[in-house]
Amino acid sequence: MSSHQSPALQFSNVHYTIDDIAILHNVSGCFPKGKITALVGPSGAGKTTLLKLCNGLLSPTSGSICVNSQPIDQFEPPQLRRHIGMVLQNSPMLKGSVYDNLALPFRLKGEQLTKEEAVNLLEQTGLQRSFLEADALNLSGGQRQKVSIARTLGNQSSVLLLDEITSSLDRTSVQEIETLILRLNKDNGTSVIWITHNLEQAMRVSDYLWVMMNGQVVETGDPSLLDSPANEQVAKFVKGEQS
Amino acid sequence: MSYLTLALTLVFVLIPLLLSKSLGLGLEKDTVIATVRSIIQLLAVGYVLNFVFDSESFLFIFLMVALMIAAATQNARKKGTGIRGVTWKLTLTFVSIELLTQSILIGFNIVPATAQYIISLSGMVVGNSMVLAILFLNRFSAEVESNRDIGELILSLGGTPKQAIHQQLITSIKASMIPTIESQKTIGLVQLPGMMSGQIIAGADPIQAVQFQLLVLFLLLSTAALTSVLLGFLVYPTLFNERMQQIPWK
Repeated sequence: MSSHQSPALQFSNVHYTIDDIAILHNVSGCFPKGKITALVGPSGAGKTTLLKLCNGLLSPTSGSICVNSQPIDQFEPPQLRRHIGMVLQNSPMLKGSVYDNLALPFRLKGEQLTKEEAVNLLEQTGLQRSFLEADALNLSGGQRQKVSIARTLGNQSSVLLLDEITSSLDRTSVQEIETLILRLNKDNGTSVIWITHNLEQAMRVSDYLWVMMNGQVVETGDPSLLDSPANEQVAKFVKGEQS
Repeated sequence: MSYLTLALTLVFVLIPLLLSKSLGLGLEKDTVIATVRSIIQLLAVGYVLNFVFDSESFLFIFLMVALMIAAATQNARKKGTGIRGVTWKLTLTFVSIELLTQSILIGFNIVPATAQYIISLSGMVVGNSMVLAILFLNRFSAEVESNRDIGELILSLGGTPKQAIHQQLITSIKASMIPTIESQKTIGLVQLPGMMSGQIIAGADPIQAVQFQLLVLFLLLSTAALTSVLLGFLVYPTLFNERMQQIPWK
């Protein structure tokens, strides 16, 4: 990472252990501000855990995380989580309509979401106005992911954490979501950390790349590093994912 | 009832014993233990009540109620394994409900402040509260575990622990109160309450028995609501740490 890119998030020697099992081991590195960082690695590498540490849903067992150069534990959790929004992998939906789900972040702050604002959020993800009254629990996997993204956008976060948000989407929807995230990044300067299993997508959308394996960061740098990985494990992983 | 007549009632124990033996249910040992324990416990409590009623000492009344609360706490806490401070939370719930209900009963002169009334009604209040606490803890742990993703979603969007647990708490409070409300709807139609039947058998005026039964029913309705609400609001904060993160219910 070049010196002019100040980090949105900085990890220093972060360990995360649960029931004496190390999930993350000595993770250090930065997520550049205003950039899209792709986070790749095999299943069980600790990527989702790392994202939850960024959002304060988990705290490190040891080590430190800084947000805009301030230790993460100096932020009030609700304030931190609105600043660093997260789209969860399984896109959980509340019982009720799509509108009820979109209104959730506003309701939590004691605010109201107008119908027009809700339609605007929905249309950003490529869903039509007619979905507003649909039962959220009856949506398809792809629709759930889109509503989940639209719901997180309601907080207008400076940092967005995306956990495999296009895994259930068709090619057109993937393109729509990629365009949306790239636009948010370009127009609003939103920093993005994006977990994806699709290495082509990682290279297509990201400015920076983290490769994780067995709870450790094994490579960071320009996404083009996936073309010719220096690390043997990464080379095997890339070959496996692309085959 | 003479002891000989009482002995004859054991015929009703022989029936389940024979059924268990012939159908291979394997419940003979438990049936015998339950029978022996109920005889010893009830006779013992009968003699203790005799002593306390005769003494008319408030210290003994207090000790009897304290014993009831301790036993109820001990029984219900097994369902709250994994909740920090479950013992004192249950004790606080039972003590608060006992104090509130007795204050209303005695304060409004609904019943006289004698051992006979205080101990009998306390037994009903604390016993019912214990059952409600167990029902509530069972349902709440299931709701929390099956809705962890919703809790996580609400927290991830900047919600507080109270907002993250609100729906599970309301569902559990409602679920634990429903049996009490439903049984009251059919009372007198489907079943005659044990206390009322006992009074009538003992020769009391049925109308007076009904009046006392209504008092007990309203008391238990209030107990049901208070137990689940108090316990719920005491328990939910322990499911989160100071960084507003969910702690597994072990």
